[in-house]
Amino acid sequence: MSTGTAQAGHAAEHGDRTPGAGGGAPVPVVCTVTGLVKTYPALRGGRGTPALPEVRATDGISLEIRRGEIFGLLGPNGAGKSTLVRQLTGLMRPDEGAVELLGHDLVRHPERAARLLAYLGQESTALDELTVALAAETTGRLRGLDARSARAERDAVLDELGLTGIAGRPLRKLSGGQRRLACFAAALVGERPLLVLDEPTTGMDPVARRAVWNAVDRRRAERGTTVVLVTHNVIEAETVLDRVAVVDRGKVIACDTPAGLKAQVADEVRLELVWREAPPLHLPEVAALRADVTESGRRWVLRTGPDAARAAVAAVTGGPAFAALDDFTLATPSLEDVYLALGGRTKGLVKT
Amino acid sequence: MSIPAPAVLAPRARLFPALAAVYLAQLSRARVARIPLLFVATFQSVGIMVLMRGVVDGGSEARAVVAGSSVLVVAFVALNLLAQYFGQLRASGGLDHYATLPVPPAAVVLGAAGAYASFTVPGTLVTAVFGCLLFGLPMGGLWVLAAVVPLAGAALAGLGAALGLLAPRQELATLAGQLGMSAALLLGVLPPERMPEPVVWARDLLPSTYGVEAFAHTFAPHPDWAVVAADLAVCAAVGVASLALATWAYRRAAVR
Repeated sequence: MSTGTAQAGHAAEHGDRTPGAGGGAPVPVVCTVTGLVKTYPALRGGRGTPALPEVRATDGISLEIRRGEIFGLLGPNGAGKSTLVRQLTGLMRPDEGAVELLGHDLVRHPERAARLLAYLGQESTALDELTVALAAETTGRLRGLDARSARAERDAVLDELGLTGIAGRPLRKLSGGQRRLACFAAALVGERPLLVLDEPTTGMDPVARRAVWNAVDRRRAERGTTVVLVTHNVIEAETVLDRVAVVDRGKVIACDTPAGLKAQVADEVRLELVWREAPPLHLPEVAALRADVTESGRRWVLRTGPDAARAAVAAVTGGPAFAALDDFTLATPSLEDVYLALGGRTKGLVKT
Repeated sequence: MSIPAPAVLAPRARLFPALAAVYLAQLSRARVARIPLLFVATFQSVGIMVLMRGVVDGGSEARAVVAGSSVLVVAFVALNLLAQYFGQLRASGGLDHYATLPVPPAAVVLGAAGAYASFTVPGTLVTAVFGCLLFGLPMGGLWVLAAVVPLAGAALAGLGAALGLLAPRQELATLAGQLGMSAALLLGVLPPERMPEPVVWARDLLPSTYGVEAFAHTFAPHPDWAVVAADLAVCAAVGVASLALATWAYRRAAVR
């Protein structure tokens, strides 16, 4: 099922969108991850807590991230994305393997990570009681800016992200999406060549999401900033990522452009049937389909070749089964289909 | 494909500017989060003095009660609340924010500890003045609080931060902070003359005791300033040691 490592050399075959990739010049690699392993020891059970076996959170992960690209880590919760990110950002020392970022060995010198990258984690507790403006300014000062530059960058970033109107409000009082955007603003104050963003757009409305991706694109175009994005959102992965590593159970099971990954399952389409009530299994055409579908309540999902899908659509829409049908869709494969085709566990990826 | 020369590292945040930034950020939290708790701390100390007024008539016991109650405000905020704050920050992953910034660990610990010690100043003053009026003690020596609050504050805040950062679970950090404050209450406020010997030893081990002693001496008609200075020196030494411990605990908690 899994190769354990991902070779990052396929992107050019599938039309790399990385800035500077044109003209055949090789894009410099900014970050090389080799054979990362991190094992969490087994936990003894206690009252109310079951015993947990040893877990290999990252199990021999190797990656290359190139300058100026948005590189995604896609996988369900618990796949090992966050452990990998903690190792990239110097927060956790791997048991084995190497992380080289812009020529620096981060396993030997984890403290250098803070001087090379900016990290947006999932938690905002360190900033929650500060106002938006003070959170951004303080983070800038702690990133090494002097007072004047920290204030100037704070004002510029808040303005860029449309946060000036709520600059005086404490993060704790903001909605989840606004709080996330404020934390993103803090991550941008004090420029770094690499941004590591762990699910940055969680809870954001479309306007805030657009502000995030515009800010990222501007930094890529102007400064060649590289972005590592952790996500379990398939739609986001397909629209913003240049390349994506699909992570499952501590391993990279594929690494390519979204288009390149989808090409791996190009001979398949996805047919979704939603029944009004129970599926009419007494009809032979429906009973015949059942063997191949994935059922979740009234929803059936069938991944198959285009001809078989067309035949199935004809069968359920042309006969008496149509009366029992609430809705159906026929779609080309998404990254979720790729994930499943590669042997990923079902469930856990978000499609909104 | 790899980069020939290592990239230039962005500068580190220097100790004092970073310390100032953390201190100011923490102080701004006082407005939203700390003022109600400061009232609780002050009322608690004032209440204890009112209770003790019925038992204690004056003399050295009264001095011990007033000094102990005043320093208790420092213990409540610097030890108890700071242990809770760091325990919560560690449990929720909030430390990652600081750990991914190029900031010296000492700046984070000292900035937070300094801010929490500063929160205690008004409460300590109110308690001390109220105690002097209640027990008829001279107020001429209250200026020594300018040394007692920062030094006892440093010792207790360092201890609180270390407890919060070392506790394996958030609830244990809270518990340790509460226990530390209870110890400061029982061993600091009650006059030592009536304590059994082992309790006096425990009292000698508690850093806040030396702040209490220094402050209590200044109520004497002719304070022995050498003793006051010696007590404050012990406070300062314990403060340096406990802040160093807290800084070590922060490093340990930040990178796992």
